[in-house]
Amino acid sequence: MTFRKYLVLAGVTLFAAIGDTFLARGMKQVGNISLHSLPDLIFTILDPWVALGILFLLAFFAAYMTALSWADLTYVLPATSLGYLLLALIAKFYLHEQVSTLRWVGIGLISAGVGFVTQGPALTHHPSHQEQPDKEPQPVGSRTEP
Amino acid sequence: MKHAYTWGAIVAVVLASTTGDVLLSRAMKKVGDVGHLWRRAGLVTVIGRILRRPSFMLGILMMAVAFFSLLFALSWGDVSLVAPASASLTFVANAVAAKIFLHERVDHRRWMAALLVAAGVLLLAA
Repeated sequence: MTFRKYLVLAGVTLFAAIGDTFLARGMKQVGNISLHSLPDLIFTILDPWVALGILFLLAFFAAYMTALSWADLTYVLPATSLGYLLLALIAKFYLHEQVSTLRWVGIGLISAGVGFVTQGPALTHHPSHQEQPDKEPQPVGSRTEP
Repeated sequence: MKHAYTWGAIVAVVLASTTGDVLLSRAMKKVGDVGHLWRRAGLVTVIGRILRRPSFMLGILMMAVAFFSLLFALSWGDVSLVAPASASLTFVANAVAAKIFLHERVDHRRWMAALLVAAGVLLLAA
């Protein structure tokens, strides 16, 4: 794992959290949309917060795909779940919402999970990575870390 | 009955998004390190190679199915149940699916990580 790759993982985390926050803010302004007037959904894009949220979620998707090109799914998903911590901090310090003790415990567990997975290798090494993914898993010592 | 609908939709969300994640991960592994490819052949080539992967398109489709299932789940159940239940179960389902279908080495460390994150997400809703 290089510094650049950690930056991509940080991008996955940040862009998703920011995108969701903007989308939520925009959709609150737009108001309720019923299933019967689904075409109205198109016009929600005109709301600047919704548009900005979609832009950030596109950036999230690009970063997520980049990460999946060189890291395992079971590495990327837990490693980028610090977004929940970020959302709780945004809720407490920016939106001044009450964050309960139980929630902080939950955030502690998530952070512990992130700590666990990021200490291990990012990619399972398959002998011929491109075409034959169904070989036996390699013993621990022979796995390589880019 | 409403309860059964809600959980049915939650299961649909979990299955669809796990399938989507596995397909997207498989597609990107086939494409290879995007950073290297970009430097060697340019961004257009990278995007072209990704879009030509059938598993990528199928993965996007499954993500869309997951999104609309989530909308249905939300229309039947409370956000405080639907959002954490589907997110949390997806972490565990992904660990199982990645081991079976992607042959990833899911060791103790990764199981612990998936379970801790899943439990943490559940507590966020409490």
